[in-house]
Amino acid sequence: MLNDEARERIRLAALRYPEPRAALLPALHIAQKEAGYVSEDAMRFIAGQLNVPESEVFGTATFYSLIRRSSSGRHVISICHNLPCTLLGAEPLIGHLKSRLGVDEGEVTPDGRFSYQRIECIGRCDGAPAMLVDDDYHGDLTPEKIDGILEKYA
Amino acid sequence: MEQLLLKRINVPGGLDIDIAMAHGAYGALRISFGMRPVDVIDEVKRSGLRGRGGAGFPTGVKWGFAAMDPKMPKYLICNADEGEPGTFKDRIILERDPHLLIEGMIIAGYAIGAERGYIYLRGEYPAAADILERAITQAYEKGLLGNNIIGSGVTFDLSLHRGAGAYICGEETSLIESLEGKRGQPRIRPPFPANAGAWGKPTVVNNVETLANVPGIMALGSEAYSKLGVEGSTGTKIFCVSGAVNRPGAYELPLGTTLREIIYTHAGGIRGGGKLKAVIPGGASTPMLTAEHIDVKMDYSSLLSTGSMLGSGAVIVMDDSTCMVHATAVIIRFFEHESCGKCTPCREGTGWLHQIYSRMLRGEGGESDIDVLLGICRKMKGKCFCPLGEGAIQPVLSSIKYFREEYERCIRERGCGGEQCKGMMQGSKHHMTNKFQAPSTKSQTLRTLDF
Repeated sequence: MLNDEARERIRLAALRYPEPRAALLPALHIAQKEAGYVSEDAMRFIAGQLNVPESEVFGTATFYSLIRRSSSGRHVISICHNLPCTLLGAEPLIGHLKSRLGVDEGEVTPDGRFSYQRIECIGRCDGAPAMLVDDDYHGDLTPEKIDGILEKYA
Repeated sequence: MEQLLLKRINVPGGLDIDIAMAHGAYGALRISFGMRPVDVIDEVKRSGLRGRGGAGFPTGVKWGFAAMDPKMPKYLICNADEGEPGTFKDRIILERDPHLLIEGMIIAGYAIGAERGYIYLRGEYPAAADILERAITQAYEKGLLGNNIIGSGVTFDLSLHRGAGAYICGEETSLIESLEGKRGQPRIRPPFPANAGAWGKPTVVNNVETLANVPGIMALGSEAYSKLGVEGSTGTKIFCVSGAVNRPGAYELPLGTTLREIIYTHAGGIRGGGKLKAVIPGGASTPMLTAEHIDVKMDYSSLLSTGSMLGSGAVIVMDDSTCMVHATAVIIRFFEHESCGKCTPCREGTGWLHQIYSRMLRGEGGESDIDVLLGICRKMKGKCFCPLGEGAIQPVLSSIKYFREEYERCIRERGCGGEQCKGMMQGSKHHMTNKFQAPSTKSQTLRTLDF
């Protein structure tokens, strides 16, 4: 279930469009910001608020790779594995990240701090290899630099 | 050389509207409001500006179609769903000179008669989202957005709309579906968005860099602007150079600048003293070129004559240490992930291509696999619903054309067991895993593939 503030933000978002359904992606973003992922309950709630069939909300939510449907770590690492990053060593770095965290892609570390996912091009090819931690960008990565970055997120 | 697009990106504090205005922002808006909308469109037509997102359609012509359509209201959408691998030009404008884009959008909205605009921003650009929200708020506070903009009687409202990770939404009809709150899958064309776009109304969808050219055109005048660049490819272009170069980055240069100048003069040449092997000139969906093409002019028609395309202007550079089978596999993995699932040739074709590349890298490739790859491309070509599938086959066809012996060696020597191939060997592992299997090397002949 979404809190009152999220509900109000969705209501305001819907005013920006000629039809409320257009606020569906904004609503999914708002729900994900609140809980870290979008639960089926949240989808049902959004369906009611925007007057869109539940099945359509589910169908739309599952289309987009940045909408998560299960819980993640407190911090989500999205590491690029597209060509410009691969050319400059993304694969060994992903291997390093995986062994540092001790979990597979999509799993949460035992302390709940991190989960990681491979991601397609994040438009940081001038700083390849690159990754996002939550909304923060980190580029020109090396194994040592990744170790230092991980320390900064509690 | 005069910069039109990146001129303010290094202005200290330039995200603030007052500082941006002190450096010329919103100056071209006053010029444009002094002209009739139809004259603004003519000015953009005469400038020769063509779309910078990949397709290269003449911008003024697109505007004219929407302006002439009697249906109201009309919509203007900025395509900031910059997903073409290797491309980061729009991000630089969005994060470092958002007012240039907003000014271009107000002028475009005035020209086509749209009072509502949306910036469709890719979900992977959270920093740009915050910057744009602030810039839009400041523009409202200054009376540059909303009703009666700077006393002109013109209305233009602008909102940011964030995507959520789908390359297909860079295709304009998919983008419109996504904006409307649906799965981002393409619509049949015609009708074109200029006549029936968002909510069925006349809609212009323009790329960030395209719209960012508009203030410069209006300030300089179309005649001076059209002297930049070369015949048929006027103006400047932001080239995004990535991969094996010393200075990866975004360089604004006149269209028609040679690939050699871009790589060696601006991007500092090949990293680590290696040799240039291959270049993708316009983003992952454009055909690869080789060191032989180093003197090609980077403009719409010169690149077409090499068999490639200008695309988004994303120059991905590969040196002689690059395995072309692996590099192509990385691109194909991307296209399979991003195929929207709507049409069979693309949905199955990209998956099959990915499966075959994965088995080649695992050392399980068969002698006929090169022909199977080419056969799949033949089945996709001209049969996909939208440009995604057509683009997906380009790296396959071009890398086999230029580097066939590497494919043969990969198959003959049962892969190289290289470190970088390891992450690629699992093949498909995402949402569309349970579909048809690619033709196996052992049990099926090419003839059975020729359905």
